[in-house]
Amino acid sequence: MRKLMMAAAIALPMFGTAAIAQETVKIAYIDPLSGGGASIGEIGLKTFQFLAEELNAKGGVLGKKVEIVAFDNKTNPQESLIQAQKAIDQGIRILTQGNGSSVAGALSDFVTKYNERNPGKEVLYFNYAAVDPVLTNDKCSFWHFRWDANSDIKMEALTNYMKTATAIKNVYLINQDYSFGHSVRTAAKSMLGAKRPDIKIVGDELHPLLKITDFAPYIAKIKASGADTVVTGNWGQDFALLLKAAADAGLKVSWYTYYAGGTGGPTAVKQANLNHQVFQVGEGIANLDNKPSQEFEKALRAKYDFSLFYPRAVNQMRMLAAAADKAKSIDPVKVALALEGMEFDVFNGGKGNMRKDDHQFFQPIYISSLGDRTEKEPFDEEKTGWGWKLVAKIDSAQTMLPTTCKMERPK
Amino acid sequence: MTDTTSSVAPPYPTAAEKLKFYGLWVGAAVVLLLLPKLFSSGGSLTTFSLIGISIIFSLSYNILLGQTGMLSFGHAVYYGLGGFLVIHAINIIGANKLPIPLPLVPLIGGLTGLLFAVLLGWVSTQRSGTAFAMISLGVAELVASSALILRTFFGGEAGISANRTKVFRLFDWSFGPQIQIYYLVAAWTLIAVIAMYALTRTPLGRMCNAVRDNPERVQFVGYDPHVVRYLAFCFSGFFAGIAGALAAINFEIANSAYLGAVQSGTVLFATYIGGVGFFIGPIVGAIFVTILSLGLSDLTQVWQLYFGLIFIAVVLFAPGGITGLLMMHRPLLKAGTFGRVLPSYLIAFVPTLAMLIGLILATEIIVYYAVHSGDASHIKAFGVPFDAANRYVWAMAAILLVGGYWVARKTWTFVGHAWDDATSVAREKGIAA
Amino acid sequence: MLELIVMSTLNGVLYGMLLFLMASGLTVIFSMLGVLNFAHASFYMLGAFFGFQISRWFGFWPALLIAPLLAGALGAAVERFGLRRVHKNGHVAELLFTFGLAFAIEEVVQIIWGKSPVDFRVPSVLDFPAFTIFSTNYPAYKMFMLLVSIVIFAALLITLKKTRIGLIVQAALTHPHMVGHLGHNVGRIFMLVFGVGTALAAVAGVIAGPALVTQANMAGLLGPILFVVVVVGGLGSLPGAFAASLLIGLVQTFAVSMNGSLSGAFGPLSPDYAATWLADIWNVTIAQIAPIMPYLLLVLILIFRPMGLLGTRDT
Repeated sequence: MRKLMMAAAIALPMFGTAAIAQETVKIAYIDPLSGGGASIGEIGLKTFQFLAEELNAKGGVLGKKVEIVAFDNKTNPQESLIQAQKAIDQGIRILTQGNGSSVAGALSDFVTKYNERNPGKEVLYFNYAAVDPVLTNDKCSFWHFRWDANSDIKMEALTNYMKTATAIKNVYLINQDYSFGHSVRTAAKSMLGAKRPDIKIVGDELHPLLKITDFAPYIAKIKASGADTVVTGNWGQDFALLLKAAADAGLKVSWYTYYAGGTGGPTAVKQANLNHQVFQVGEGIANLDNKPSQEFEKALRAKYDFSLFYPRAVNQMRMLAAAADKAKSIDPVKVALALEGMEFDVFNGGKGNMRKDDHQFFQPIYISSLGDRTEKEPFDEEKTGWGWKLVAKIDSAQTMLPTTCKMERPK
Repeated sequence: MTDTTSSVAPPYPTAAEKLKFYGLWVGAAVVLLLLPKLFSSGGSLTTFSLIGISIIFSLSYNILLGQTGMLSFGHAVYYGLGGFLVIHAINIIGANKLPIPLPLVPLIGGLTGLLFAVLLGWVSTQRSGTAFAMISLGVAELVASSALILRTFFGGEAGISANRTKVFRLFDWSFGPQIQIYYLVAAWTLIAVIAMYALTRTPLGRMCNAVRDNPERVQFVGYDPHVVRYLAFCFSGFFAGIAGALAAINFEIANSAYLGAVQSGTVLFATYIGGVGFFIGPIVGAIFVTILSLGLSDLTQVWQLYFGLIFIAVVLFAPGGITGLLMMHRPLLKAGTFGRVLPSYLIAFVPTLAMLIGLILATEIIVYYAVHSGDASHIKAFGVPFDAANRYVWAMAAILLVGGYWVARKTWTFVGHAWDDATSVAREKGIAA
Repeated sequence: MLELIVMSTLNGVLYGMLLFLMASGLTVIFSMLGVLNFAHASFYMLGAFFGFQISRWFGFWPALLIAPLLAGALGAAVERFGLRRVHKNGHVAELLFTFGLAFAIEEVVQIIWGKSPVDFRVPSVLDFPAFTIFSTNYPAYKMFMLLVSIVIFAALLITLKKTRIGLIVQAALTHPHMVGHLGHNVGRIFMLVFGVGTALAAVAGVIAGPALVTQANMAGLLGPILFVVVVVGGLGSLPGAFAASLLIGLVQTFAVSMNGSLSGAFGPLSPDYAATWLADIWNVTIAQIAPIMPYLLLVLILIFRPMGLLGTRDT
């Protein structure tokens, strides 16, 4: 019993002490900080802390200091809800999360219900990386804002580029067997079918998420199909191992990816020696010809040993400050109303806007490839010597997709 | 119980014993009622609800492990399926305006658990021991993987969600606020605990123990151990389903994590750590492990390491679990010789604590250098700030660890002597277990 | 088609041999000590990380020797100071001990080597395509993996069948108590077996590390499959474990190469059922369910042939 009391004595006070003083603007960062997803979660946390420092150096949000409070959700939806509850108990009114669409769905649902049941204590949920389209379509919520382009938007941008690349004839789709992989594959099929009917989809593979240790059987299949291009949404080890197996088998194709820039991605590309054969679709790269963003990148790299993987996080934090200024308040409802439809000069150049209908942020999307650098590309990735080179820029207007969202706004 | 020549049937309980027995349950109910008055924040209510759910789940697991001697690696299957069915049920009830109030919904989860236990149990329980353990592992993997394939029913990784407030309302309880969910969970916990306790007192409960201890003997007496195991399995599935249902109501979401290996592993941990030999063991274990898993990750980043070490320590030094450790002292208390060991405990406690602090300090310093060497060196672990780059802190960690270990070893031999002394006196009085 | 069959056979055999390398240690430990060693895959992981670190310092070949020795010594220590103490408290206690150990090892590895994959490269001597078949390169390193697995299988068999110590171990596999009664130091045999078993897992780690991925979750990926191999193969049977490894390797690899589904065989489902669970079953391909095939095999074996493929003892 003694042990028990001790544990209770350690654990319970944390739940009891709800901080009411709002001297600082606290943002709860709910992402994996232990276990398999932790390497990504920690990079995100450091990025947000860096951004908070940047805001504080400029006087904070409405003169208040910004603080990022980390909560470890262990990439588990239920755990995330517990952590969100903890954050709310501490008086935090803004949550941010990005890793895992299943977590995002659960959080968005939780926040919507919480706000409905606790009027006057509303909480906002800023999503910086979960890209399941459903979050801004059928399951959209007034309290959810997404700064990352959802997977359909990225595919729209990617196919807008692919339709101009005449070398592409046979495309193989390989994706992880879960909601994100499914949406990549469905979008790729329908959009390529509409924009380039001459392209043949020679393979459409779904493999279990993060469970494959050797992709050689899949590579054998790709090889047998005669594909010249592979489109994949794979990330993490599923991406690295896929490329490794491809290099071992000597498979020569172009790779169109979502997350080649993720942790371990550039290293894998370099090891597979795929010089400018791996393309990535995203909202920004380090080597864009834009002074402020390059300065930012330099400062970040001087402090940490990683490059900026979340340009959207920069937009998110800066827009939060702008919205608070506009609303002259940090009350979540007012901030949310100020964010709706907000036009914003995005971090690495160009215009973006937070669409009012579904709270999806639209911004220029870049297609880039990883490989040898020239003077135009000052930054390399993961100390490989290789860097991202701009291939094409897709303007916001070209990424607009309709939404099925029927948003319920607070009265 | 006390002497070897006891009569065949236990003596009828006296009025005082009855009062004590019922008083215990009434006391538990009162405590459950008053808890939210002491800790009223949303987080602590969530914690209590989770503990209640975990208690039901662990006790249902102990029907298998502690009472029937079956080690299962897939108990979460029944928990999870109960949860999924309940979410679907809430959606259906809400959409069709059926007159079923939320407090009755966990029963649907229980029946789901029971149904699947009935279906899967017969083949699983043909053998006990390793074969059962392996079948449960295989079935668990199959069900968990199917949950990702059958998307329309299980909703993929995102899972399916429901709104519990949209159900038919009784007495105008909306079940939106967490406090109402707490009382719902508390009521069901009390009911389930009483029911499972009663189960251990039935002839079936006794036969389960017999099957655990000596299945051949059971066959000689004319019972089929397979049938007994099967029945135990079904009851266990039923209560696991109730626990899953309550979890689903609490979170208003069910996803494949409910069915997974982590969930199955956690319940095994909780039950064993609490102590499988006593009815109250899994309850203690559930409380301990739930608080640990919720609180530890706030205190330190490498909580998994401490988690693993705590389990190793319990398995090594307290094989009967926490309850077993405490229950060891019952004969001493009865014989009045507990006072003889207490001083030696206090003496041993100081160096042991020093050793543990040294261990934690050393671990956190190593973690700082291995993982965060770029950050500021003033770190905070378990709420205590210190400077990881300070040589004095290093020396302190080393002294605490090595010195603590050295002194602790000596003092624990004292404990051993005092223990032997105390138990032999107790034994002379004819009390020792 | 032929191309796929040949490639799948090659890949399947390779994967199966790797499984065997890990499962061989486990099968001996499991059958003899009766311990469901959940930490076995953790020793595989330790092997890979030790191998990575030592190959940084001294090169790959010394690593192939030293890393398994280190891991084996660690394994022996775990048996001597941990498992032996827990043994008297029953199998569940032993199992939980290894469970906790697996947890702790994973976290320690994360602390030391970080959470991202480490850059463990194939030695340059072996970094070339061994042969090209249907215009697909087959790396020499994979042939090397195959070779090592076969050599170890042969060595194990010979040791078990032809040497004295092998005979004792074999006897202890089936009749552990009898061996004790005959005056052998069963404790030391157990420690030795545990050490050798974990060292074998570590060998698998060192050679699989560069070919697959060396990161802190690699133990969790393979852990449960090893139990499947041991149980399907049959307790106390090395040839059984060998057969089961190959079977599982081939089944999984061939399943991956097949695109068949019910809708492919019987035509698409009528649109009336489009949004029901029937549609999910109808459209799922064999490739998608490849990873759960081993577990299906496990359940079927346990129901219909509980002693495993080549086993002699009931589990």
